[in-house]
Amino acid sequence: MAYVAIADRDHEIEHHDPDTFITKYIWSQDHKVIAIQYSLIAIFVGLIALGLSVMMRLQLGFPNDFSFITPEHYYQFVTMHGMIMVIYLLTALFLGGFGNYLIPLMCGSRDMVFPYMNMLSVWVYLLSVIILLASFFVPGGSTGAGWTLYPPQAIAAGTPGVDWGILLMLLSLAVFIVAFTMGGLNYVTTVLQARCKGMTLMRMPLSVWGIFTATVLGLLAFPALLVSAIMMILDKTVMSSFFMPAALIAGEQSSHTGGSPVLFQHLFWFFGHPEVYIVALPAFGIVSDVLATHARKNIFGYRMMVWAILAIGGLSFIVWAHHMYVSGMNPYFGFFFATTTLIIAVPTALKVYNWVLTLWQGNIHLRVPMLFAIGFIFTFIHGGLTGIFLGNVVVDLPLSDTYFVVAHFHMVMGVSPVLVVFAAIYHWFPKITGKMFDERLGRWHFWLTFLGTYSIYLPMHYLGFLGVPRRYFAMGDPSFMPESAHSLNTAITVSAIIVAMTQILFFVNIIKSLRSGEKAGPNPWGATSLEWLTPDTPPKHGNWGHHLPEVHRWAYDYSVPGYPDDFIPQTVPADKAPSGRDHGVKH
Amino acid sequence: MSEAVLNPGLKGVASDFAGEKQAFHVPWGKAMMWIFLLSDTFIFSCFLISYMKVRISTTDPWPLPSEVFALSFGGDPIPLILIAIMTFVLITSSGTMAMAVNMGYRKDRTKTFWLMVATAALGAMFVGMQAFEWTKLIVDEGVRPWGNPMGAAQFGSSFFMITGFHGMHVSAGVIYLLVVAFRVRSGFYEKRGGNYEIVEIAGLYWHFVDLVWVFIFAFFYLW
Repeated sequence: MAYVAIADRDHEIEHHDPDTFITKYIWSQDHKVIAIQYSLIAIFVGLIALGLSVMMRLQLGFPNDFSFITPEHYYQFVTMHGMIMVIYLLTALFLGGFGNYLIPLMCGSRDMVFPYMNMLSVWVYLLSVIILLASFFVPGGSTGAGWTLYPPQAIAAGTPGVDWGILLMLLSLAVFIVAFTMGGLNYVTTVLQARCKGMTLMRMPLSVWGIFTATVLGLLAFPALLVSAIMMILDKTVMSSFFMPAALIAGEQSSHTGGSPVLFQHLFWFFGHPEVYIVALPAFGIVSDVLATHARKNIFGYRMMVWAILAIGGLSFIVWAHHMYVSGMNPYFGFFFATTTLIIAVPTALKVYNWVLTLWQGNIHLRVPMLFAIGFIFTFIHGGLTGIFLGNVVVDLPLSDTYFVVAHFHMVMGVSPVLVVFAAIYHWFPKITGKMFDERLGRWHFWLTFLGTYSIYLPMHYLGFLGVPRRYFAMGDPSFMPESAHSLNTAITVSAIIVAMTQILFFVNIIKSLRSGEKAGPNPWGATSLEWLTPDTPPKHGNWGHHLPEVHRWAYDYSVPGYPDDFIPQTVPADKAPSGRDHGVKH
Repeated sequence: MSEAVLNPGLKGVASDFAGEKQAFHVPWGKAMMWIFLLSDTFIFSCFLISYMKVRISTTDPWPLPSEVFALSFGGDPIPLILIAIMTFVLITSSGTMAMAVNMGYRKDRTKTFWLMVATAALGAMFVGMQAFEWTKLIVDEGVRPWGNPMGAAQFGSSFFMITGFHGMHVSAGVIYLLVVAFRVRSGFYEKRGGNYEIVEIAGLYWHFVDLVWVFIFAFFYLW
C-alpha cells in the first residue's frame, strides 16, 4: 500500500464545528481558542508578578517606609516574581499562546495534530498556575528561596515558605512540565508533519522556526527541571539526601548526609540556560517577521537566520555552567563554558546584523508593532553585550550577585521578549479579533514602556559596578555606596512604577478596540504569510474553509520589482509573479 | 524545491527532509511518540546521571548490589537472581510485542490481541516481582529513603526513585497495551480504515521502557 500523508486523507480533514458556548470557548479543541486561553492565563499571572516587582522596588527605593513588606515577604516576592515571569508568563505565552495560534495558521494546517491533547495542555497549565498561586495562602506563605531554588537553603529551616511554599512550587513546576510536554509534542509534530502543499521547511516564516526550535529545546531541557523537582520533593518529604549534605541548620544537625548541592545547580541550569532561549528564539522569529512586514522588505539572509536559530538552540545545551562560575569548578571547565558562551554570540550577532540590514533601505512604516520591534533591537543589543561581560570568568566573578546581573538579564530576557510580546500582540491583533487597535494609545504605550524600562535598567549597571548586591532586602549604608547611589535607587523605583502604570494603556487599548475598534480587513499590513490569507477574519474553526492553501514561494516576497503590489502572498503561483528570493531585490 | 527532483547524496537527503507537508513519512502518532521518547530519554538520563553523582559524592560506603540483591532458595544465596529473572521477563515481553506488531500489520486481529495481552501479562509480572523486591528491601533489609543499615543513604533513595519511576512507566505501558489490545479485538480500528499503526506506536513505547531497564540494570545492579 502506498503511503498516504495523513493531511491528504479525507476523513482527517472533517472537523465537527463546535456549537455550544462550552465546546466553543471553554472545552475547546480549536488551537486559536486554546491559544487565547493560554495567553489570558499567562498575562493574568504576569500581572501578579508585575505587582510583586513593584513591591520589591518600593522597598528598595524607600527602605522602611512600607511596614507591610517584611524581609520574609521581600524574598517571597523575589522568588515568585522570577519564577512566574520566566516560566508561567514568557514560556507559556510564547509557546502556548503564540505557538498555538501561529503554527497551524502559518503552516497552512487546519489545527494541531492532536487537538484533544492540546486542550488538556491548557487545562493542566491552569492547574499548575492554581497550585502556584495557592502557595501564597498556605501557612508560611510561598517559598522565598530565590527563583533558582538552590538547596540547601530552599528546604532548610529559616527560609520563608519552607513548610508548604517550596513543595507547592516544585509540584506546580512538575505539573507545568506535564502541560508543556502535551502542548510541545503537538507543536513539534504539527510543524514537522502537517504543513500544507508547497510549504517546505525553508519556506516557513521565521516565527515558526523560532517557536519550533524553542519547543524542541523545551522538550529536552524541562526533563532536567522535572528530575530536580522530584529529587528535591523527596529530600523535603522523605528526608532523602540527593542535594542535602550533612549540615547544621538553624543550630541543629540535620539528618541529611552526603548529598550534592552542586548537582542541583547543574540540573537546574541544564534546564535554565536553554530556558533563556526557549523565551528568546520565538521572540527572534516573531521580530523577524514583524520587521520584514513593516519595512516592506525581505528578511535579510533568511537561510542564515534559520541556521542561526538552530545553532543557538544546539549551543544553548553546552553553556549552562556559566551560571555557576562562583559555585566553583575545575578551571578547564570554566574555560570550556566561557568559550562556548562566547561562541553563541556569533550566531546571535549575525541575527542582529540581519535585522538591521533588513531595515536598511527598507520602506519603513513606523506603526506600533514596528516601534516595538525596533525597540527590541536596541534592548537586545544592550542586554547581549553585557552578556559577553558575564560570560567571561574573570569579569563575571566580581560582578556576580550584583545589580549588573539583574540589569543584564532583565534587559536581555525581560524587556526584550516583552517588547516582542507587545509587537506580536499589536501585529496580530487585527487577525485575532477582526478589529484595529488605537494607534495613538499604542504609541504612548511604546514610548513610555521603552524609555521607562531603559531608565530602570541602565542605572542598575552602574549600581552593579559599584558592587551593590542583588536580592538584599535593605542596603543599609555601606561605604562603597555613595549617597547618589541611594537616590538612584529611588529614581529607579519611580520609573518602575511609571512603567507598571503604563501597562494600563495597553489594556485600555485592547478593551476599547474590542468594543469599538475599526473593523480590520483580512490583511491590514499587506503581509505575505498564510495567516493573513484565511477566508474569514478572525479565522473560523478549521481555518481554511473548504480548500487548504497551496504555497508557491517563501514568506518574504516584499517589494519585488515587476509586480504591482509591494507584497506577493505565499499562495501566488510562480508563473503569476516573480520571486524576490531567486533573483535578489534590485534597488 | 517543490518539484520532485531527486538530488543525489547528502543534498538529496536534506531536500527530501525539508520538503513540503511532512519531514518523515510516518503517521502523526508515530512521529509524536518518537519525539516523546526522545524527551523521556532525557528524563531517565538525568535520573541516572544524578544517581552516579550522588554515588560519587556520598561519604558513606556504597552497599554491594550483588549481596543486597541476592536471593536464596534453601541453599546459598544466588547474586542478582531475581533481577536476572525480571530482566528475562521484560526482554521476552519485547519479543511478544514485536510479534504483535507483525500480526497487526497482517490484520490478524485475534493473534494481535493475544500477543499484546501476553506482553501486558509479562509486564505485569515484572511489576509484581519489583513489588516483591521492594517489600524484601523495606521489610527484611530495612532500606529506607533516608538511610539503611548497609551503607550510604543515597543507595535506598536512588533505588526507590529510579526503579519506581521506571515501574510507573511499565505500569502505564501495561494499561496502554491492554486498551489497544481490547480495541483491536472489538474492531475499533476496522471502523477507522483498518489501520493498525497504533500497535506499532504502543510497541515503540514498550521497547523504549525495556531499553531503559537495560541501562538501569547495568548502572544500578552491575556497577
